[in-house]
Amino acid sequence: MALLEATNVHGGYGGMNILNGVNMTIDQSDIGVIVGPNGAGKSTMLKAIFGLLHVNEGSILLRGEEITNAEPTVLVGKKMAFVPQEKNIFPSLSVQENLEMGAFSRKDDFAHMLDQVYSFFPPLADKRNQPAGELSGGQRQMVAMGRALMIEPSLLLLDEPTAGLSPLYMAEIFERIITINKAGVGILMVEQHAKQALQIASKGFVLAAGQNRFTDTGENLLNDPEVAKAFLGG
Amino acid sequence: MNELVFFLNNVVISGLVIGSIYALGAVGITLIFSILRFAHFAHADMMTLGAFFAFFLTAMFPAVGPAIGLPTAFVMLPIAMALTAVTAIYLDKGFYKPLRKHNVKPIVIVMASLGVTLMLQGLIRMFMGTSARSMYIDDRKDIYRIDLPFELASRPLVITDPQILLFVVLIVSVISLHLFLTRTRLGKAMRAMSDNPDLARVSGINTDTVVKVTWVIAGCLAAAAGTMLSLDVTLKPDLSFHLLLPIFAAAIVGGVGHPYGALAGGFVIGFAETLSVFNWAVLLRPFRDYLWFDLPSSLAIVPTEFKITVPFFILLAILVWRPTGLFKGKVL
Repeated sequence: MALLEATNVHGGYGGMNILNGVNMTIDQSDIGVIVGPNGAGKSTMLKAIFGLLHVNEGSILLRGEEITNAEPTVLVGKKMAFVPQEKNIFPSLSVQENLEMGAFSRKDDFAHMLDQVYSFFPPLADKRNQPAGELSGGQRQMVAMGRALMIEPSLLLLDEPTAGLSPLYMAEIFERIITINKAGVGILMVEQHAKQALQIASKGFVLAAGQNRFTDTGENLLNDPEVAKAFLGG
Repeated sequence: MNELVFFLNNVVISGLVIGSIYALGAVGITLIFSILRFAHFAHADMMTLGAFFAFFLTAMFPAVGPAIGLPTAFVMLPIAMALTAVTAIYLDKGFYKPLRKHNVKPIVIVMASLGVTLMLQGLIRMFMGTSARSMYIDDRKDIYRIDLPFELASRPLVITDPQILLFVVLIVSVISLHLFLTRTRLGKAMRAMSDNPDLARVSGINTDTVVKVTWVIAGCLAAAAGTMLSLDVTLKPDLSFHLLLPIFAAAIVGGVGHPYGALAGGFVIGFAETLSVFNWAVLLRPFRDYLWFDLPSSLAIVPTEFKITVPFFILLAILVWRPTGLFKGKVL
């Protein structure tokens, strides 16, 4: 059974649909990457999956269970985590407190996850007591991802995890995403850097005007001249 | 020397007393603003309500205090705080939450809180009448006169029992609030929600619980402030009228959304008030022979009747020159 199965999703803000029938299937072993031009509904799709936006039509299933329009709090309980693109940290809270907030829904002891996140993102370990707002852009992204990992998610949604980062940090974040995926976390992310992202994608979704234009493996999409011409800048 | 004692009594002690009251109110306003993003105008009436709960309990069990050796109303304070906290939760449920559900603009909720203020005032008057009442029923207020060990000081420092208890309440409240916000899971969630409400939701923080906790804390602090003030002076149904402006000024001066700022703001406003109504002629009297002008008998910056204008001017000044407040809060 697929980890996430979105079928014919329509949705938007205040009655106006931005998504006009999007289909997506993600397995536990997948890194799914959503690319497409501005306004195609990439981030909107992630928000619709995470219950931050009303889905007017279609269905979203998590391991076969209906989660269409479920509250984020409920989805976090079902081991789904979301990292927004902007404002994805609590700036006045310390790094450690940010991570603790990610584990808010956990009633069990999560100390081992703190250690794991620190060993996974070593720069954070030294700065655990510093306010997260004082960190650099790349380190903030690590805090944001670390916070999401605290629930030990089975599906991680990332909205442009490399936005505004230097190429060096971008490569590092992509590397981390691959590691997280290999540990058994299904990944679905939106990326502006389409070419680099599709290189690590097992599944690529090219959206345009709120609909799937192309859906294939990342490699096939990269080699498809039509996709390259229309969406990857030649 | 007696002039200095007069200054200590009328400015330092009075300022500390009224500053503590303002601080307790302002911290509540600032917490509500940082979590719910609206200016809660009914806050001063929650203070009055808390005092009335304490009064009611005192009237019901007047013998409790004398048996312990503390003012009865003070012994009843925890119950009054609990009752006010529960009222606050239900006020939110009945009037503010439905509006939040409809995603209205903050100003609509501010207006609703004005309505709640009028409603609370009406209810309090309906049940308790309009006259001033003493919180001491079967006991009486202890007043301590502390003689200073200086030869020239023939007048004593005067401090009352409820004033000392007020300082105790303030110190205990501030320390427990600090520990709550920095050490507990819910306290950190409160700070997180104040920082970034959307991310709090995404992280799976139960925002309804955080909202409830905010009302509990604000209600408890309001009841404590109202009760302690009424113990020190008298309980009047129009108590809130004199408190609303100063506590808002204190919250804004401190930087909205900043609990420690509100604490500081409370004392800034409190001391500004006592300093401006203080009769400076008394302090200058020993030096009258050296002054180039005739010392009038009364020399205050603001006449006592116009004390309420002081926080108003401070509020205007801070909004013009430093709208984020002393501690860089959010702009209203």
